[in-house]
Parts: sequence; C-alpha cells; structure tokens
Amino acid sequence: MYAANVLGIIYSNVYDDHLNELTTVRTMGSVPFAGRYRLIDFVLSGMVNSGITKVGISTKANYQSLMDHLGSGQAWDLSRKRDGMTILPPFNLSDSGVYESRLEALQGMMGYISKSGKDYVVLADCNAVCNISYADLLDFHQESGADITVAYKRGIAPKLKNIMTFDIEGNDIKKVTVDQHGDEACDYALNIIVMSRVLLQRIISAAAGSGSIRESFEKEAIAKNVDKLKIKGYKVDTYAKTIDSLQSYYDISMQLLSGEFRDLFTKENPVFTKVRDDMPAIYGICSKASDSLVADGCIIKGTVENSVLSRGVQIAEGAVVKNSIIMQDCFIGAGASINCAILDKDVVIKPNRELSGAETYPLYIGKGTTV
Amino acid sequence: MVKKTECLAMLLAGGQGSRLGILTKNIAKPAVPYGGKYRIIDFPLSNCINSGIETVGVLTQYQPLELNDYIGNGRPWDLDRSYGGVHVLSPYQQIKGTEWYKGTANAIYQNINFIDRYNPEYVAVLSGDHIYKMDYNKMLKFHKENDAACTIAMLEVPWDEASRFGLMFVNDDGSISEFEEKPKNPRSNKASMGVYIFTWSKLRQYLIDDENNPESGNDFGHDVIPAMHENGERMFAYKFDGYWKDVGTIDSLWEANLDLLNPKVDLDLSDDSWKIYSRNPIAPPHFVSADAKLENSMVGEGCYIGGEVDYSVLFSNVTIEKGAKVRYSIIMPGTTIKAGATVEYSIIAENAVIEEDAKVGLSPEDSANRDDWGVTVIGEKVTIGKGATVAAKEMIDTDVKGVK
Repeated sequence: MYAANVLGIIYSNVYDDHLNELTTVRTMGSVPFAGRYRLIDFVLSGMVNSGITKVGISTKANYQSLMDHLGSGQAWDLSRKRDGMTILPPFNLSDSGVYESRLEALQGMMGYISKSGKDYVVLADCNAVCNISYADLLDFHQESGADITVAYKRGIAPKLKNIMTFDIEGNDIKKVTVDQHGDEACDYALNIIVMSRVLLQRIISAAAGSGSIRESFEKEAIAKNVDKLKIKGYKVDTYAKTIDSLQSYYDISMQLLSGEFRDLFTKENPVFTKVRDDMPAIYGICSKASDSLVADGCIIKGTVENSVLSRGVQIAEGAVVKNSIIMQDCFIGAGASINCAILDKDVVIKPNRELSGAETYPLYIGKGTTV
Repeated sequence: MVKKTECLAMLLAGGQGSRLGILTKNIAKPAVPYGGKYRIIDFPLSNCINSGIETVGVLTQYQPLELNDYIGNGRPWDLDRSYGGVHVLSPYQQIKGTEWYKGTANAIYQNINFIDRYNPEYVAVLSGDHIYKMDYNKMLKFHKENDAACTIAMLEVPWDEASRFGLMFVNDDGSISEFEEKPKNPRSNKASMGVYIFTWSKLRQYLIDDENNPESGNDFGHDVIPAMHENGERMFAYKFDGYWKDVGTIDSLWEANLDLLNPKVDLDLSDDSWKIYSRNPIAPPHFVSADAKLENSMVGEGCYIGGEVDYSVLFSNVTIEKGAKVRYSIIMPGTTIKAGATVEYSIIAENAVIEEDAKVGLSPEDSANRDDWGVTVIGEKVTIGKGATVAAKEMIDTDVKGVK
C-alpha cells in the first residue's frame, strides 16, 4: 500500500553524543555517509519512496548544516503546497529550556502532529542506516491489528542509551528490556515505530499529565505498555546497520566496500540527496583505484584503495589513500599517505605528510583542519 | 510595476542533427548526452543563467519529447521564475494555418509575440549544439559600447578548418566589413560561433521584412545577417578565445568528450564560478572494484567498474564487468559491457548491452584502411551478441546476433 496517510517524524539530533567528533559541527542527520549522502537521506528517501508526503524533522542544536542540506525539501520532492517537509526547531515552554527527551520533543510539536490530518505516525532516527519500505511496515501494522509496531533486527544490540531489546513470540513483543547491552545476538529495535496519531497524542498527554515527560520514550511509551497495548515487532531482513560510535561509523562504511553497498542502494528505492552540480569524477594518468566508492566532483591523480570518497575530493599525484573515509572537498597533497583515517570536510593534507590510524582506532581529523 | 528584461535569449534547439545519425533518432541534438552527466543544451542554458539572462525561449521542433522532459520547469538551471524563466516554444497553429519553423530566422519570427511580452532591449540568439563557456554579459556590454545593431561572437579557427565555417572580415574597430559563408579558399580565419546579440527593435523589423520576402530562406546566416549588412547596419564581431566546439558530427562529439580528459584543453567543468548545471542522475557514488584498472577517464555516478578503462568517458549507471576493456570510448547512461568484451574508439548510446567477448570498434592504427577509419556507434538499447564483432565506423541500431 502507498503510505499517503502517514506523518513521518524524524529525530535529527538523537544520539549525537555517540558520535561526538562528527556532530560537534552538525546533527546526526547531517553526518556524511557513503560518499555523497547525509544520514538523514536514507530515512527521508525511504519515506518518500513509500508515498509519505508529510515529514516533520525534529531538531535540537547545531542544525544549520541540516537546514542547508535539506533546503526546501525539493530534492526529495517534499517542497509542496499540501504536506511536504517541515523543519521543527526546538520549542521551549517558558521555563523548561531545550527539551531533554523524545517525549518532550514530541510535546513541543503536538500542534504540528495534531493538525497533520494523517491517521498514522512513523517515528524514526537517523543513525539506523537502512533502505526499508515504510509502506510494507504500515501494511504489517494494519494487517496485524497492532497498536504499536516496532521495526527490529536480529544481531548484537548497538551500544546506545535506552536501546530496546525484545522477547518476541511470532511477531508479538512479549517483553521489552531497555538499556541492556550484551555481546550476544538478540532482537533489538531499529527505533522505527508506527502507531496511530491518536494513540501517540494520548501517550504524550498522559506523560505530560503524570510528570514523566522527561522519562525515556522507550520506557514510558513502549516498555510500560507492553501488557496494555498490542505491540508487534516487524523484522527487517534487508540491510540495516545502526551507528553507535565513531568506530562503528568507520566499520559500517568499510563494510559497504566489501559489497554491502549493493544491499543499501537498490534500483527500486533510490536515495535522494542535495544536488551539488559537480562534474563527474576524473581519474588522471597513472591514477589507481580499487575497492572504493567515489562520488562526483572528485579528481584522482594518486592511489585510492578501500576508501569512501565524498564529493569534490582531490587526491594529488603520488598520494596514497587507504582504508579511509574522506569527506567533501578535502585535498590530499602530492606524495601524502593516509591510512585508516576519517577526514572531515575541507581538510587539507600538505604534500608528503603521513597519517595513519588503525582499523580498530581510526584517526579522526576535524573539519577544515590543515595538516 | 513590471520588471524590465534587458536581454532575452532565444535558443535554437529544433535541429535534427542528422550528421549524428542514430544518436538523434529519437532525440533532438541539444538533448544528446555529453561529458559524463550533461546534455549539450546544459552549456548554453548554464551560460545564460551565469550571465544573468533569466528569460530564455527554447525553440524546439524535431523530436521534442525528451528535450521538453529534460528542461521541465527549468529548475536545475534556476530558470523556474514567476517572471521570465525558461519557456519551451514549439510551432503552433495560427489562424492562417499551421507552419513548421522554416528556418532559424522564421523560428524567431513566429515567436515575436513571446519576445514582445518581455519587451527586451536586446535579444541573444544562441544555438543548442555547441560546447563552450561564455559570458554573454561581456558580449552585451561590447554590443552596447559599439551601439551595434548586431554583434556576432567570433573565434579564430585553424586555417585548414576555416572552410567549414561562416567567416568574417573584421576592421580594426571590431566592425565587420564582409561575410563569407563556407568558402572553398578561405581568406579569413575569423569564424562565426553562431552566437548573436541583436538590438531587438532592429531585429524585429528585419524579421518581418525577411518573412515578407518570398525569395528568402529565412535563415540567420544566409538571409537576415547579409540583409542587415547590405543596409549598412552597425555590425560588430566580438572576439572569444575560450574553448568552443560544434558537436555536430560523430567524430566531433567523440573528440569533444575526450577533450575533457586533456589537461591542456581549456574547459574546466569543476570551476565553481561558472558551473554547468544539469538535471542530476539519482544514483549512488560509483564503485571501483579490486579487479579494475581505471586511468585517465571520467566516471559518472552509479557506475560499477570491474574491468579496464582507459581514456574514456562513462556516464551514470554504466557497468564494466571484470575482464572487459574500454579504451578511447564514450559510454552513455545505463549501458553494460560484459566480461571479456572490448570496446575501443566507440560511442555506445544509452542502455545498450555489449555481451561477453564481443569486439566493438577499432583503433586507427589497427585499421586496414586508415583513410576510411571512423568512430563506431552503437544505438540506444541495442544488444551486441556474444563474441560478435563490429568494425570501425559502423553505426548499429538493431541487435547484432552472437557468434558461436
């Protein structure tokens, strides 16, 4: 089914603190990923491909880069007279300061939610990278008669605060455990949640009324309701990876290069992103590239191995880049050598410098640094 | 208050480009892909917006579907405006009957009403089949300084090529003394680039006179410009010295693409101050596998490179399988070159498939008859079967069976 009757809510800032290095200057949603994208592109494009036409993006801090990236929503066909994309700045109630919990964030956008005119709401984060069909998720929600449906994945749970893990029978969630971290495979939430708009409004009002608005959404809305409401699990078997640290950001990026990018990017569900009008990538004489994802606007005259290159990266003659993530418009000077590093936007590496991290401890160079 | 349009551009995009053969079977020449992600028309359109010309009429006639679809509301070029913007102008029915655009001048004549709506001082007439980056605003300034009726952009071409162009003789002050259309023995190497700026009040009258002249072929180069010259109008040549290429033939289209790989050629598409805008493909970054050997090439989004690629331009979503070889070729969007296949000195149009071990094209050195050598062209959605061979200079627009 086409999910036209659904309001999408995306948290752009949740878990920023798990990726401190990359989020000091931006939100989780605007963290560059897979060369030409920002993390929010995946969830936003998934929603659009599923027929969702109204999306509210919750923000909290440092959302300038996010606004710059999203613009009017045109790149996602969300610049519309009816519906479309709305960036929701934090809403302060006189004495409360900036919100601290998901519930409080939702409370701040109650007006937006109740006026949306949609019967269902999908809530999602940006750090779970996947390209799922929200239409299928909604079909499942309606057919199973669930009050709340939570998408989940089987595997080792990401080390995120308030992560939900489930005991599931069939597709019924029998027990919700919050904040339990182990090294064994379990069913953990991707934090993609569907419920009716009316139920969501009721949950927020109840939390506000009982003074538990600053409690975690996972505990208040899901775990506490496990006996009262029909909570179902929707198993995701396609590509879905949750970023919970700089190390996992690095690992997940590197795994794309071993072929996983084919699972993330499918013909049927294109991932949209801001248009930059760069020229196609150019490879020079004697350039060497292997096992790499390279975005448009790159000029490669040196060697690139097992790396992810964002748009507009330049690699000069004789430079060697291995096992690294190089973000937009970085410049690697002639003869420089980079290994196991994450270079944030606009980094300049002067000629013949050598930088090396380890696979288990990638070296991070901050935005705009000159080395 | 109505905003004033100082200069409006009319872009001639109706030509078939018959010398491009099967590449323009279903699309007009300006819609032909170029440079890994662009179409030819992106260049004049981007030049317009970068020069501050915000009202552009695009005159279409031959196979306009793809071109109309591509231009859309003009958004990729920032030409979606509430006043002005880009307008696609096709021939239309009138009370006296229906008429195709008979010639370049007639096409503008039929749209006098469109131009009058904006009441511009000046009109730039551009063609939709050249690759170049040019600031029309500088040319307009030159036109105004000389109080000209018509200014023609001029390029000095190599003498041995001069006979292919409309040539001009230019006085020291920049005024034009004489024209010569494609002469056998050129006496000048100052060629017209097909870029004109007219003072609209003048051009408007000449277009009406031209239409009333039953002898006229209704063409700018042959009729309108000579008529203005004969009448002693002030006509000037504006010298341009950047990269300019007419991509009217298979060989020139092929060359113009490969020019992008030559650092000595003055056509920088990465220049942020003069961007060439286009409708961008929605595709992930391209992936280069461990088996790939990729050098001296341009690669678009969504490509998968598993084979050898040298001195080639690959558009978006092209697949080069492991063991395939591509040299000196232009591969348009969505095409697949399978394992063991060799493609050299060729242009492969969109969504074609070159099956395993097929051989397409030949280098001039390996060619038996070098004088008859040419670039090989494979048409849109054509499949070249397993092990089949396609010789140099061939143009294939139906499937070729495999060889067992």
